[in-house]
Amino acid sequence: MVRGFFYALNLMAAELNEKAQILDQAGIQRAVTRIAHEIVERNKGTNDLVLIGLRSRGVDLARRIAQELKIIDGADIPVGTLDVTLYRDDLGRVGIQPEVRKTDIPFPINEKRVVLVDDVLYTGRTIRAALDSLIDLGRPRLIQLAVLVDRGHRELPIRADYVGKNVPTSRQEQVQVLLTEEDGVDGVLIVKG
Amino acid sequence: MGLARKDLLRMQELTADEIRLILDTAESMKQVAGRDIKKVPALRGKTLINLFYEASTRTRTSFEIAGKWLSADVINVSTSSSSVSKGESLKDTGLTLQAMHPDIVVLRHPASGAAEFLAKQLAASVINAGDGAHEHPSQALLDLFTIREKKGRLEGLKAAIVGDIAHSRVARSSIHGMRKVGMEVRVAGPRTMLPCFIDRLGVEVFTDLERAIADVDIIMMLRLQLERQQAGLFPSVREYSRLFGLTLPRLKGAKSDVLIMHPGPLNRGVEIAPEVADGPYSLILNQVENGVAVRMALLYLLAGGGQAA
Amino acid sequence: MRILIAGGRVIDPASGVDEVFDLLIEDGRIVRIGKDVRGAEPPEASKGKRSKAAKNAESAINVDRVMDAAGLVVCPGLIDMHVHLRQPGREDKETIATGTLAAARGGFTAVCCMPNTDPVNDTRSVTEFILDTAKREGAVHVYPVGAISKGLRGEELAEIGELFESGCVAVSDDGRPVMNAELMRRAMEYAGMFDLPVISHCEDLHLSGKGVAHEGIVSTELGLCGIPSTSEAAMVARDILLAELTDARLHIAHVSAAESVRLIREAKARGVRVSCEASPHHFALTEEAVRGFDTNAKMNPPLRSESDRQAILAGLRDGTIDVIATDHAPHTAQEKEQEFDVAPFGVIGSETALALTLTTLVASGTLSLNQAIAKLTSEPARILKLPKGRIAEGADADLTIFDPDREWTVDTSGFASKSRNTPFHGWRLKGGTVATIVAGKVVWEA
Repeated sequence: MVRGFFYALNLMAAELNEKAQILDQAGIQRAVTRIAHEIVERNKGTNDLVLIGLRSRGVDLARRIAQELKIIDGADIPVGTLDVTLYRDDLGRVGIQPEVRKTDIPFPINEKRVVLVDDVLYTGRTIRAALDSLIDLGRPRLIQLAVLVDRGHRELPIRADYVGKNVPTSRQEQVQVLLTEEDGVDGVLIVKG
Repeated sequence: MGLARKDLLRMQELTADEIRLILDTAESMKQVAGRDIKKVPALRGKTLINLFYEASTRTRTSFEIAGKWLSADVINVSTSSSSVSKGESLKDTGLTLQAMHPDIVVLRHPASGAAEFLAKQLAASVINAGDGAHEHPSQALLDLFTIREKKGRLEGLKAAIVGDIAHSRVARSSIHGMRKVGMEVRVAGPRTMLPCFIDRLGVEVFTDLERAIADVDIIMMLRLQLERQQAGLFPSVREYSRLFGLTLPRLKGAKSDVLIMHPGPLNRGVEIAPEVADGPYSLILNQVENGVAVRMALLYLLAGGGQAA
Repeated sequence: MRILIAGGRVIDPASGVDEVFDLLIEDGRIVRIGKDVRGAEPPEASKGKRSKAAKNAESAINVDRVMDAAGLVVCPGLIDMHVHLRQPGREDKETIATGTLAAARGGFTAVCCMPNTDPVNDTRSVTEFILDTAKREGAVHVYPVGAISKGLRGEELAEIGELFESGCVAVSDDGRPVMNAELMRRAMEYAGMFDLPVISHCEDLHLSGKGVAHEGIVSTELGLCGIPSTSEAAMVARDILLAELTDARLHIAHVSAAESVRLIREAKARGVRVSCEASPHHFALTEEAVRGFDTNAKMNPPLRSESDRQAILAGLRDGTIDVIATDHAPHTAQEKEQEFDVAPFGVIGSETALALTLTTLVASGTLSLNQAIAKLTSEPARILKLPKGRIAEGADADLTIFDPDREWTVDTSGFASKSRNTPFHGWRLKGGTVATIVAGKVVWEA
């Protein structure tokens, strides 16, 4: 799932297709709050907790979760950005290499409880790449996964620990996550075709 | 986006956008150097052959490290240790290599046009690591990266390239690269070492070092090859150094925050005084460091093969 | 063998003829030029003691072959004053057999082969070897050019007297210049005794240095070592002055630079006995052909700038340049498929010269058809003092028949030459050889 250029194209194409909104702004907010509570519960607090967001929207979500954690627990949880392009399993096969962006994790991850944050969980390949990348960066104590939407169709044995909403989809559909930080508006849409 | 080409042969054919892409990608690659585990799997299973017909520690090692950090398998072939020295033609060497299916071949060769020649023979991507006096694109790119890193921008900066311009592939590549990103370029050297019509490449030409470096942001010194004296291009190292050597007193005429660069290896005391080479405005070691990052970017961008999906 | 060439446009610059005529060839000579020769009266001066009626009958009926030349041009057999046949020594590149066949395919009926063979043609034995081989295997007339200096080393005079006696029509060290002015002076004086023209490859090797291409914008951009125009012009100037000193007949080979054309023009105005030639690649191409490092555009002297090319066109137009000669220089594919610096200098030219002349010079109006043919026939014949290059009753039947309108694409796979090193592969040209007749025999036809 390559964002950027192809995503924009799809957005334009999607404008012409059917769209169904499955989460609105309030729904996203509730999901973020719930995930934050679940993180605190599962980890029995926020000690040694760090959030690492994938791609652009995963990072925005991670920051929102961090804000919630501050409210819930009073803690300042560090947020990092991870670019997994160099760990993808489809490099050198697609012709034009995808753009490599910056990884910015300005804190050590050894012995930390890392919660990876992404917007949509689909085949699981992106998360596999993220795991390999994190392990090359250090040795976390554990890695958990939080996603806003799980749309099914896993191709690898990967599961999320925290899910905002389970949305069964067909392969022909696309899930679009819009966040105010990037898109000016909050919402999750399913687009046919 | 992406580099939609099979080979990287010369700066002359790159667009400003492609240059920016390479520099941006190099920034991301530079982070790998700072990690504990200096390896990413991006080029896993790819084979890179360094085919060097001219001795070079710096460039070859740089490409080797770049390939290895990207998890590629790197093989070094150098002239003396191979059938090349037995008189095997470049064409035959190319065909022999082709039969071994490398993904990328990095070539350094004393004849201008050699990289292009090899690129036509091979399905592999060919990176020109220096062909005769023609081009050395990865050097020009790492120089641009280094300048951008230090100055935060490239457009509008003034650079002076000083030395044996006629025989310098670094000069040619730099002139093309710098002009494309919007820099002003001057060249300076003895009249005997300035090629005809060089001004047509869009540069200002000087035979006086002090006038050339007045008010520039970057001074790039080129290595003087002592064999050129045999060819009658300058009378003595002493005179060359007196007229064109970069010393501290000479720098007074340049901007106070001028940056000094040199593609290496240095002739200390000839084209550049040791105090200048080791001084606070010298970027010479940064250039070397950035060489690996830029070459990683090139290997990564070309490894896709260049054809659109 | 009697051949009738019927209805062709006969162009003979030597006599000024340009008209549709029939030509009757017998026993290697042109015996009749006229209108409707087939049914005509026999000529007044006829040989043999047969009865008039019998002769009438014969000439009216008995022809072994009729060649229909309607719409075609018939001109004197073209003469290429400058080719490299490579035999003896480099038969892998070309032989006298293949080189002359290539010449015939290009419409040439005579070639002058240069002495830079291996061994060098600086003795009777090599000259005779060339002539014998040409007689047995050559498709066209071969006129050897003997060496100026022994081994082309530029140190001592070769035995020019003996070379003259063995059949050389000129002397040259071509391939190399004669760097030593004193030697060149003596060579001009000595060759003058035999009225042999001295053909000079003008190049100052010091100025050329390690150059591989014209010193200009392309060599600067490509980082190639350049050969400045002055390398040629300086020697042209020197040789012109030496020719003045010695009253020699000087012929300057493969002129490529504007300065050379200017010097020759001025020398001719002064009355110096200098002539010169230009090659098709120099009037059809410039240094731009070297971009991409194509070794099939590498030759010496190199392809120069557009202003040099324009000077050559002007020189052809105003007669400063007398002759078009190919400097046909075959090289094997393996030698040319190397790095530009290393590949040998030289391109072939026999099979494209006429078409390039017609396409680039005549079609553009630089030369009239008559002038163009002169530069390939009567002019070289004049300079070499050969009884060739003209169409007249009694003259040798060396003829070229070509179609001035036929368009074709150059495809080296069909070439008769052993080598393929030409920059013109794939070019669309207008004008092609239809038949080449040497000594009354058709040695090649399309």
